[in-house]
Amino acid sequence: MRVSLASIAAMLGLLYASSVYAQAAPDKRRSGFDTMSARVQAMQRDDLQNPGMLWVADGEVLWKKIFGISFSCAHCHNDAKQSMKGVAAKYPDWDPIEKRPVSLSQRINLCRTRHQLVQPLPPESVELLGLEAYVAHQSRGMPLTPSTAKELIEPRERGRLQYEQRIGQLNLSCAQCHDERAGKSLAGSTIPEGHVNGYPTYRLEWQGLGSLQRRLRNCLSGVRAEPPPFNSIEMVELELYLAQRSAGMKIETPAVRP
Amino acid sequence: MARTLIHAPTTARKGEVIEVRTLIAHPMETGYRAGSDGRTLPRDIIRRFSCRYNGELVFSADLYPAISANPYFAFHVVANASGSFSFTWEGDNGFAQTESAAITVA
Amino acid sequence: MTQGLIHALSRRQLVAAGVGVGLGVTWRPARALSDELAGALRKFTGDAPTKEGRVNFDIAPLVENGNTVPITITVQSPMSAADHVQAIAVFNEKNPQREVVACKLTPASGKAVVSTRIRLATTQQLVAVAKMSDGSCWTHTVDVVVTLAACIE
Repeated sequence: MRVSLASIAAMLGLLYASSVYAQAAPDKRRSGFDTMSARVQAMQRDDLQNPGMLWVADGEVLWKKIFGISFSCAHCHNDAKQSMKGVAAKYPDWDPIEKRPVSLSQRINLCRTRHQLVQPLPPESVELLGLEAYVAHQSRGMPLTPSTAKELIEPRERGRLQYEQRIGQLNLSCAQCHDERAGKSLAGSTIPEGHVNGYPTYRLEWQGLGSLQRRLRNCLSGVRAEPPPFNSIEMVELELYLAQRSAGMKIETPAVRP
Repeated sequence: MARTLIHAPTTARKGEVIEVRTLIAHPMETGYRAGSDGRTLPRDIIRRFSCRYNGELVFSADLYPAISANPYFAFHVVANASGSFSFTWEGDNGFAQTESAAITVA
Repeated sequence: MTQGLIHALSRRQLVAAGVGVGLGVTWRPARALSDELAGALRKFTGDAPTKEGRVNFDIAPLVENGNTVPITITVQSPMSAADHVQAIAVFNEKNPQREVVACKLTPASGKAVVSTRIRLATTQQLVAVAKMSDGSCWTHTVDVVVTLAACIE
């Protein structure tokens, strides 16, 4: 039996239509990238204009650096372009020795203290940010894929409760701005959805690269709440929830944001 | 030594106008900002950027505090001979750094 | 935010901008330069005849963050030994100091197109000026609205 072109086309059309309808609802989440002006987007897209790439370049050098009398990251992890692919995508992750979730920068410092036998790098230091940016950059373009370790279920839930908890003198929760009012204006700036797919990020406001925790501290100060210390359990649990909230979004590290 | 990112084509045709892009890590502290103690942070900026092509000055810029941190410049040069570019940044507190990039012109 | 915009621009400019948007062209009558800005410009140009034109100052009319504003200045010029751009400078109205950047070019530049990133303290007027090898100076004046981040550190 000869099948006509028209009937093949019709069948293909039906198949396509049914697959489209069978798919889950389209992802309505918008990365901070989508809400920026074209010029700032261009700044992020072009690796030669993206100021965050200066830190990535720093990290590349530090990756091979021998600290003190120990050895470099490259000694165990070889070429980061291979070994670190996809790693940042699952952080924060559960650390079985510390028995708590740890952020990527904590993990880098744990490698330093446990294996390289050197001092941890101070939070938000140029070196730590450089290494964190370099490692996370190797996952650029990959979707955020939070770790499925079962020990993370409860901490992540605590992070969600934090996200929805009103805090500070202004008595605002993260959810009130970033879930309920995303896209609206706050003092002339557009409220972003607050996704974490671009960290560490070059913020024009900072004129420098900073971690997610630095950004969270901005928000906490913004509502006149007291920010907890870097890498305290509350901060990492909040990071855990935020990573789940942004799960599936493509990593943009180093992102550029206003 | 501050981190730099330089894009200058490594090859070009004779007479081709090429684009050169440079980025250097530097806070460009304006001298107008107050620190957390309320005292004005002293100025610390790159004041001059220059590009030499086989020794000849082809582009230079005088920078002021209004140039953003991590200064970025994009400019053009006519590729006329093989050789090298030399980029120099000079500024406050004795800041001086030179980077170079080779180019082959056919 | 709309109120701020109205305060930043005179009604004449708003109407002109509206007409311009309607025509698909950005055009507004150039506001007179402030004395200080005019003075800084004159220091650069000297006694040279200065006219608007030949220079295109490409900058977003509304910037999200005044800390890092990308700009590109393009000057129409053959960039030959006989006729080229010698210098390009940018001056501002309301930053703590008027100068932004001053670049020197040569015929070896090939094209008079320079890009960089600047800081703008607030909504203000900016001037890009090009000094030609024949001594003439050409300018392009722009108005930029600057919004700043809401939650500062």
